[in-house]
Formats: sequence, structure tokens, C-alpha cells
Amino acid sequence: MEMEMERVETNLIVRISGDLDLHTVPALRKQIEARLDREVGIKNLILNLKGVDFVDSAGIGFIIGRYKRISKHGGQLRVVNIKESINKVFKLSGVLKIADIFSDEAEALQAV
Amino acid sequence: MSKNRAKLEIKGISDNIGLARVTVASFAAQLDFTLSEIEEIKVATSEAVSNAIIHGYGEGEGSIQITLELQGEELIIIVEDYGVGIEDIEQACEPDYTTADRMGLGLVFIDSFMDQVDIESQLEQGTKIKMVKSPEKSKKKAK
Repeated sequence: MEMEMERVETNLIVRISGDLDLHTVPALRKQIEARLDREVGIKNLILNLKGVDFVDSAGIGFIIGRYKRISKHGGQLRVVNIKESINKVFKLSGVLKIADIFSDEAEALQAV
Repeated sequence: MSKNRAKLEIKGISDNIGLARVTVASFAAQLDFTLSEIEEIKVATSEAVSNAIIHGYGEGEGSIQITLELQGEELIIIVEDYGVGIEDIEQACEPDYTTADRMGLGLVFIDSFMDQVDIESQLEQGTKIKMVKSPEKSKKKAK
């Protein structure tokens, strides 16, 4: 599991590679929460899942958890690059109803 | 009619979830599943093993046994733990049954992605989840 974060104005872009499951989610959650705690002015979260081939309910829980935090302060969750292999769990879980989906980061940033 | 059987015993820790789902996917590939169906089997396996780790053993440790069988066109996956058991299986199957950050979706995914699911649990004895799935292609042929 690899993750990198980049701040672009009021947006935090999080690029993730690997599987999102019970094993990987705790470390990801910790790092993102630490960044959100530390930095003032982050409004929107852009999750780039280009390198993610597998997501289960722990991964969905992780995404919904971050949505709850961001939306409390009027921010939006944007998800980029959902592969076909993980699209079904997104649909079934209802994440597609709460997150805005984009095909690339530039599009997600422009939607501000 | 294909027949095959395999058993995998893992320590009930999250490090082994990936191993469990890759092993099950590899075994399942003996049948004519599509890639999308294999993904569904991987999610169901991940959920069953995660349930065993979280609900079966909590903070403690124990082993999880995964039995795989091919019977004709059916893949049978049995995930068994020897932990605390589930008091109310019906309640655990509700979508809003929430534990930690998993949003209670685990059993919903299993139910949606597999053809048949049976859960047996006894307090202080453990839980056994049996999941069955056949390739859509073989179901169409049978019609």
C-alpha cells in the first residue's frame, strides 16, 4: 500500500495504490486524519484511486468516514479513477450517491 | 463434473486477508468464472475473513480455517473461526449493523455477491460462514 498527498489550494489530493481492506485502511486513515488535523484550510478531499484494484467494506467505511469529516465543514469528497473491478462495491454501498466521481484530477479540481 | 478440495489455515490477523482472497480466487479460477465474478468472490472472502478476525477474536488471536470445494459447477467456500461467536445472526445481517468503520456492509456484500450464504454460530464456540457460487455461464447452459 502506498499513498501520497498533495495540497492544491483548499483541496487535499490523496493518491492511493494497493488494496483497501481491513489490513491497509488503519494506516491510511491515520495519515489522512493527521494531515487534516495539522493543516488549516483544507476543504475538499480528492481521492485518486488509480492504483487501487480491490476495495471491500473496510475500504468503503474508510471513504465514508472521510466524507463525514469533510462534509461537516461544507467540503466535498471527489473520487477519481474508479476502476471497473471496484465499481460494483461503490454502487452497492451508496458511495456514488455521496461522492462526486471524476475521470481525472484536473477535472476534479476544476469542479470547485 | 469437476471435483477438488483445498484447505487453508491462517492466523486470524489482518495481514492474512490478502493471502486468503488471492488463494480463493486462484482456486475459483478452475471454474469458468468471469473476471467480474472472481472480483465478487474476492470481496466475499475478504469480508468473511475480516468478520472472523473482528467478531471472532476481537483483540485476541486464533486461527481461521478456509475450506474450498468444487462440486460440479459450484464453488463452495467455508470460512470458520473458533472465537466468541455471534449472538444474533439476523441482526448481524442487517445493513445498518455497524462495527468499527466497516459500516455493516460486509454481510451485505457477501449476500449480494454469492448465490447462497449460510451462517452458523455458537457463543464461545465460533462462527462458520458457508458461501456458494456458480459461474453465470454455467447457469445459462443449464437452462
